[in-house]
Parts: sequence; C-alpha cells; structure tokens
Amino acid sequence: MDTDRTTGERVFRRDPDLPTPEDIRERVLALEEAGEWIVQRVPQPYREVPTKYGWPKKVPLQHTWHHKSCGQCGHIPGYSTAIFWLHRKLGLDYDDPRDQTSCTGWNYYASATSNAAAQAAVAARNFAAAYATGYFPLIHCGTSYGHYKEVREELVKHGELRRQVREILAKLGKPLVMPEEIVHYSEWVYAVREEIAARRVYDCSEVVVTVHPACHYYKLVQGDAIYDPDIYGGQRTAVVTAVAKALGAQVRDYSMWFDCCGFGFRHILVQRDFTRSFAVSRKIETMIEEAKPDVVLTHDTGCVTTLDKSQFAAQVHKKKVGVPVMSEAQFAALAMGAHPYRVCQLHWHAADYRPLLEKMGIDWRERWREFEEDLERIQRGEKEYLTWEDVDAEVPARHFLPVS
Amino acid sequence: MALHAPPKLEKYADVPYEEKERLFQEVKSDPRFPDYLYGCYECGICVAACPSARFYDFSPRKIAQTLAREDVELFYYQLNEDVWNCSQCFSCNRCPRGNSPGGLITIMREVAVRHGLRSAKEALEGYSRVIYKIMLTGTQVSPDMIQADAFPDWGPVAKETAEKLELWRKAIPPETMHTTSTAWEVSDQTLAELYLIWYMTGVLDMIREVDEGLHMILTDVMEEFLEEKGLAVAS
Repeated sequence: MDTDRTTGERVFRRDPDLPTPEDIRERVLALEEAGEWIVQRVPQPYREVPTKYGWPKKVPLQHTWHHKSCGQCGHIPGYSTAIFWLHRKLGLDYDDPRDQTSCTGWNYYASATSNAAAQAAVAARNFAAAYATGYFPLIHCGTSYGHYKEVREELVKHGELRRQVREILAKLGKPLVMPEEIVHYSEWVYAVREEIAARRVYDCSEVVVTVHPACHYYKLVQGDAIYDPDIYGGQRTAVVTAVAKALGAQVRDYSMWFDCCGFGFRHILVQRDFTRSFAVSRKIETMIEEAKPDVVLTHDTGCVTTLDKSQFAAQVHKKKVGVPVMSEAQFAALAMGAHPYRVCQLHWHAADYRPLLEKMGIDWRERWREFEEDLERIQRGEKEYLTWEDVDAEVPARHFLPVS
Repeated sequence: MALHAPPKLEKYADVPYEEKERLFQEVKSDPRFPDYLYGCYECGICVAACPSARFYDFSPRKIAQTLAREDVELFYYQLNEDVWNCSQCFSCNRCPRGNSPGGLITIMREVAVRHGLRSAKEALEGYSRVIYKIMLTGTQVSPDMIQADAFPDWGPVAKETAEKLELWRKAIPPETMHTTSTAWEVSDQTLAELYLIWYMTGVLDMIREVDEGLHMILTDVMEEFLEEKGLAVAS
C-alpha cells in the first residue's frame, strides 16, 4: 500500500508477485470436452467484469433464469421484487421459474442434516431445470451463490461425486449441466449500474451509505467475485459500493467492514442472542459511530434480515441503532422511482426507513395511502392480487438493448 | 485466572477411544478434507476474523490444529462442545495457509449428525420446523414462519406481518410469490424430484439419527406424495 503524493490518500495496488490460484472455470470446460457434463454458455449479450485475480467474468444481461432466495421471497419480498422490477424497467427479459427449489444451503450450514452428494444433486437439478428453459441461472442469494461455487469445485475435483450426481440426475431424466459462470444478482446490478444511474429520478447525493459485503459472496469461494480497481483499489469486492457510487450516494467506510453480520444460519433461528449482539455491537453501532449512515446496503438475504431485525431489541439497552437496511437492488429501484411499498415492500422491514425516503424526496405518506388502497381493493374482492401490470405503468421501461 | 478454561476432556472419558478414533477417521476420510487443511502457521488470523470467537469460548485455529495434530481426544471434545458455535460465515477462509476451518467444521457436523450424537440433537432442538420446511416444500423458510411468539425480539413488524400475512402476500407483484406456506410456488414435479434426491443420497437416514419423530413424518408425507405421482422411492 502506498500513499499518493498529490492527494495524500492511500493507494492500493495488486502485488504482481502474489501467486494466483487456478481458474476453476478452465477445468469446467475441460470436463465438458471429456464428455463429463454439458456447460451452459452465458447468453449474448453479456458484459465482462473484473474479478479478484483479474480474470474477466461474463455477466449475462438478459434471458436469465432467476434462482430465487427462500429468505428474500419469504421474509423480504421487496428484495426479489426489486430485482425483477429492475429487469423490467431496463427492458431485459427474464424467467421466474416454479421448477426451482431452494439451494438448501441455509439448512446445510445450520444443521448439517445433509451431505455433499445431496447438496450437489440439488444444485445440479436446478441447473438442469434452467438449461431446459434455455435461460441462464442468475442467483439471488449470496449463500446459494457461494454454495454453488463450492459445489462446482467439489464436482470438478471429485470424479466419484460427479458420477454419483450424474446417476441421480439420470434417474430424474436430466443431464448433468454446469453453467459457464456462476452469477450472483449483485454482479448483474454492478454490470448495469450505469444504465440504472441514467434512469435515476431521485437525488441520492445527500444520502450517506455504508456497505456490508456478504461473507458467502466473497469469502466462501473467493476467485470469481467482482473486484474493481476503481473501488477500494481492488482490495474489496466492488459490488454494492460501485452501484451506490454510480447513483451518486456518499459511500462511507467503517472499520468493521470485513466482519460477518452475525447471521450464523443456526443462530438466527434458535440462538439469536449471539446474532443480535454481534450485529449490533460489531456492525450497526460501529457504522453509526464512524459513518452516520442514512442506510445500510448489502447484497444477501441473511445480512438484510440480521442487520435490520436485530436493531429493535437493542433499543431497550440504549444501543446506538436505528438505521434502515436494504439491498442495493431495493435502493436502486427506489432511486429509479419504484414504489416503496408495491415494489420495494418496505413495510416488511423493521428499522425505520421513512427518514431515508424523506431525504430522497419520496412522499412515503402518499405512497402508503396508495398501497393501503390496493390492500382494500384486494380485501373487497375487486382485485385478486397486485400484479406487474399495476406497477409497470408507474415507471415506463427504457430499454437499452434493441428490442427483438 | 486464565481467560479460557482448558477443555475438560474427562467429560467424555466414558466414550471408548476406538469410537473417538472411528469418528476422527470418518472426518479425515471425507474427500473434501485435504482441500480444507494444509497445516497451521498459528498466526490467529482465523480467530481475529471469526464472529463466534468474539462471543463464545471458540477458536477456529484450535479446530484446525487439533485435526492437523490428529489429537483424537481433543477432536471428540470439540465435536461435541465446539462445532455448533461456528457461524459458518467462512471468514476464517482468510487463512494465509489456505485452510478452511469452517469447512472442516461442516464435515465434523455431518459426522456428528450421522452418528446421532447427543450434542448434535441438543444443538438442533427447536430446529426441526426448518428441516421439515426444506425437506417437504423445497423452500427453506416461508412467510408463515414469522410469528410474534417466535420472533418477539424483531419488534412489532413480526406481529403485524403474521396478522396481515395473507393480504400482504397478495400485494406482491411476482406471480410466484403469493404463497404463505412456501417462499414461492414450487411445482409438484420439482418437489417429487427433490424428494427422490433426499432418498437417493441418504439424507433421510441422517435425519432419523437426530430426530426419529421428524423422520417418520417426513417419510410418510414424501412416500404418499410420490405414490400419488406414480413415482417409486428409488433405492
């Protein structure tokens, strides 16, 4: 690490002498040549993004098969909805499948009531389901993303596991398929951040953001997470931070950025004293003391849940809490004019998000009144559900790819 | 007084050494083991990065060192007393030696479950509802799991969500997410395939070891469902 003589700022540079691990994707392709599996190629058009060791990674822009997250869909539905909404507003085609199971990684890391073969078979079943549609997997959950990269490594390295999973899939009438890239939704948001920023309708320049990078995104399997020389000199993952910066928000650093949120998989469900203590004392309080954020942005299911929901009980202990937590997809959607309740579903969040909306210039009272009218119409039986048609009309799509 | 008390190995003195050695060898023979343990510099980076080490008397470094030294007695103690404290965040993968203490713990937990250790059963008490959900619905957590009595520390939002759940779920635009008992709508064929995977990979046998009642419920529901679909349980 050097210091820039002109600005006095710290400058991070990659050490060219550091050994680089192998790129597992080369072995994925070699196994296809050997007839071991089918590799589903990233569809055109895609963007190449930089990763930790400098290898380019292809991120598909559209024709994506959305591998949803159980925690997002179940408890933070505005998270998943915002990801879909961004695709719709950018005019990018996607598939929201019913032929998808959870990766079951949350349960695996919590209880270990599974094994490597089962975990690999669940992943491979989902990959085969995506392949059958012709759409390319885009994974919403950080744990699913990390776990699937872990599964990819295990399948590449262990022929016996490949044989076992191939046989299981054959019994299900499916081929063994491995995607050319394992892609997290936050990588897609990173890839289209300039298009998102160009469609921003609310000023974010006064919004102070702190970012929590999700452990399972960049720690579990490190190689092909996005690192950008323009973001912290390529020393931290660039997703989320690059998006907030593109939107014009003030991203502020804090000392505990590397710390986990405290989710713990098992702990968030049955031992939350640990989760609450860690989330509040190491993350939220530190952020507030050092950065005074208006919002905490992150890019994984468990992190949003933990950092948001852990704050309520801490108020009793007079802790410094009270900052909204959401995904960068929700924040980007808000900046682009998405409805805070119909799309971002902020009423499912615990920490108070209203001051953030006010700072952005969003009239949350009026938006809540509109949403309550929606609820009343559903209750009266005038509508069965709130639909995409209801929300699509609010913000017109502005395509940036030629419409085929 | 020492900050950390030494492990009370005598707690497991009644367990035959051969049994401890057998479980150790099971961990060591896992195909992932060589990728997770290369040695230890004793630098403590994994401990500094570990959230559980800040809260519990827990150390990922000790796990890696115990396995590297093949200390069977201490391994068995850790298998019972330590592994369930891990957050499985994999912050310890920062190890400059390339170890994955979190990965080693995943393997150790699997062995603990497979052998139905009492400590594993205790650690998973109260967790059976989640296993039930993931095994039977294909989505691990569901909207109807948010109940005020289960999440009192989440504040009024948990209560309000539970009370208005059905209505709120109808007011979400994606068509797949109007569900309350699953996170999204999963097709019957997909579920059948998931059940077959559980059978073919021995996962149900693992669950029987830690919760016999849950195992009985799961197999009843799955077998009935598969029979309805005209699918046999594969061996």
